[in-house]
Amino acid sequence: MLHLSRWADTVAELGRLRIEATLENLEVAVEFVQRHADRFGLGAKKWVGLALTFEEAFVNICHYAYPGGGGEVELACGAEGDAFVVELADEGVAFDVAAVPAPDTTADIMDRPPGGLGILFIRRFSDEMRYRRDEGRNILHIIMRKDCGVDG
Amino acid sequence: MKGGFMEMRTRKENNAAVVSLAGKMDATTAPEYEKGLVQLIAAGELRLVVDFQGVEYISSAGLRSILATAKILKGKAGRILFANVRGTVREVFDISGFDSIFKLYESVDAALVEMG
Repeated sequence: MLHLSRWADTVAELGRLRIEATLENLEVAVEFVQRHADRFGLGAKKWVGLALTFEEAFVNICHYAYPGGGGEVELACGAEGDAFVVELADEGVAFDVAAVPAPDTTADIMDRPPGGLGILFIRRFSDEMRYRRDEGRNILHIIMRKDCGVDG
Repeated sequence: MKGGFMEMRTRKENNAAVVSLAGKMDATTAPEYEKGLVQLIAAGELRLVVDFQGVEYISSAGLRSILATAKILKGKAGRILFANVRGTVREVFDISGFDSIFKLYESVDAALVEMG
């Protein structure tokens, strides 16, 4: 199987993992990303933001990418200057999570649609999200920048 | 931060059941919380205090399970209060607007006093 990823020339790959897109693999997936984020030197606060964003993206793929049954997701971590980049690539149904409108946070939370929180988290906790559809693949990049000085 | 792990302990006080959580509330562990609370509610515990002291991470899946159980309790005229919601977990509560719909207390004792 060819790698799904084609990093830009400016990105140095740190690691890659291909697994079944199932919730049971969430822990393995998070540990993979955390290991590389630690090595990269991403601060504790940024890590929490990344963990929240990554969980949303990963769970989305598990739930919606392969409606007909099992499929895989390929994870990759990369460094681009002071930015830590996590890539999630799947061959499932086209879905640009970054393009979903932000939820109405003024609505009574008891009445809000359940999916809205996840979108809110992705918007709020990631520094940047990039999505592209490439030859039948969803390729999502979550980008977290290392902040200087403080525990960013 | 250990992944995919959550511990849940319940004890009875005079006026409420106290549920103490520890670990991560993510997409894999949140259903355990929901299941545990649904069982308590089914057993007639309608006054609950949830202690977040040991919770180090909560994702939107965790919040959704909190919301789902709170709705069940509301339908039975029950009451749920939260204690020791701090740090990044508190931040997630605030960003999601949970701080405005749920009562958050600085300690389990303070929540029990409020429960009356």
